[in-house]
Amino acid sequence: MKEQETIAPNSFKMIRAMAGIGILCGLLIVFTYEGTKPRIENLRAEALKEAIFKVIPGSTQMQPYVYQDNTFKAGDKSDKDVVYAGYDDSGVFKGLAIVAAGQGYADVIRIIYGYNIDQQEVIGFYVLESKETPGLGDKIEKDPDFLNNFTDLDVSLNEDKDGLKNKVTTVKSGSKVNEYEIDGITGATISSRAIGDIIASSAEKWMPIIHKNRSIFKNIDNE
Amino acid sequence: MSNNQNHNESLKTVPTSTDEFIKGLWRENPVFVQVLGMCPVLAVSNTAENALAMGVATAFVLLMSNILVSMLRNFIPKEVRIASYILIIATFVTITDYVIQAISVDLHKSLGAFISLIVVNCLILSRAEAFASKNTVGKSIMDALGMGIGFIIALFSLGVVREILGNGAFFGFSLFPDGFQEWVIMILPAGGFFTLAAWLLVFNLIKQKRAQS
Repeated sequence: MKEQETIAPNSFKMIRAMAGIGILCGLLIVFTYEGTKPRIENLRAEALKEAIFKVIPGSTQMQPYVYQDNTFKAGDKSDKDVVYAGYDDSGVFKGLAIVAAGQGYADVIRIIYGYNIDQQEVIGFYVLESKETPGLGDKIEKDPDFLNNFTDLDVSLNEDKDGLKNKVTTVKSGSKVNEYEIDGITGATISSRAIGDIIASSAEKWMPIIHKNRSIFKNIDNE
Repeated sequence: MSNNQNHNESLKTVPTSTDEFIKGLWRENPVFVQVLGMCPVLAVSNTAENALAMGVATAFVLLMSNILVSMLRNFIPKEVRIASYILIIATFVTITDYVIQAISVDLHKSLGAFISLIVVNCLILSRAEAFASKNTVGKSIMDALGMGIGFIIALFSLGVVREILGNGAFFGFSLFPDGFQEWVIMILPAGGFFTLAAWLLVFNLIKQKRAQS
């Protein structure tokens, strides 16, 4: 009994300290979150826009299209099934930018690539998010030889228009022969293969849909 | 026991704020002498830029948590002190994460995976426990600045060596002609151990020489 009496005020102090610090820390986090949120969202949107212009050469304007009920509609309410159409200054359609993601070596890699509908080619590539090993796997972001793969990568449709003629594959560095192959990186085998797989599965999914609806993108919608 | 220690310390000359600052840089350098916080030291020191950014982020968390722990030192009962410290540290790590995101998407891209590691950096917890909880806010700030800068210096010296040997570059600029064969192992975790060992060797040699003279 005696012990409990001495413990009681102590445990009150402990609870007081933990709760007090908890509230204080919670407030600090909420304030920082609220304070930085608009800027972070701005920066993210800005970065995405820049990435879109990077992967669609010649584009200076863009318009998101959401895929719904077997057709594309302008606007970006959902961030799930969105493609971005890029246009130049005078509103001429330059290509589509598509975000894709897949498992890399360390974590999920998120990329964006540009697609030219008429030539049926991947025309640009940029890594949005990756945690690949610095110095090795992260070469997929900077290695100039690797990035060169994505200026004219063949993703043309098969005769039935329901899939790709040739599956995009990553081959050993320097052994690329076909238009649909990606030259891998020595020292980043898994990461560069992952990029090939990501583009392959994304192209497999999007290319037939896009071609069915290709007329929708031709004109920029300047609300 | 801790009372005893405090008593003994007060018998010696009382350290000034400047002493608290200087000790972290050299005599009690967190990495080279105390060998604390090895996880980020080995993991994030593969390039000079990463090392510098990680060092600054850690120093910031260390400074803020030292201030808050020192301010609340009479309010926190000793039974729940560790939990309280962790809560405070985790809060500032989260804040740092948001601030870095707000500064630059690219910087967050290259550091993202490592920011949350600061929570488990034992340097920060050990300074809260061993220093900030027993000293005034002013002294704790000096201690955090000294230890923080000491940590930055240590990470940076590892990062420079590893980037030059492993990437043939310094802050991303190539240093060598194309023929240079990069030591890939220096970028991998093993390289971190080699470089740390080399720096510890240098550090202890200098110390020994000093002690002899």
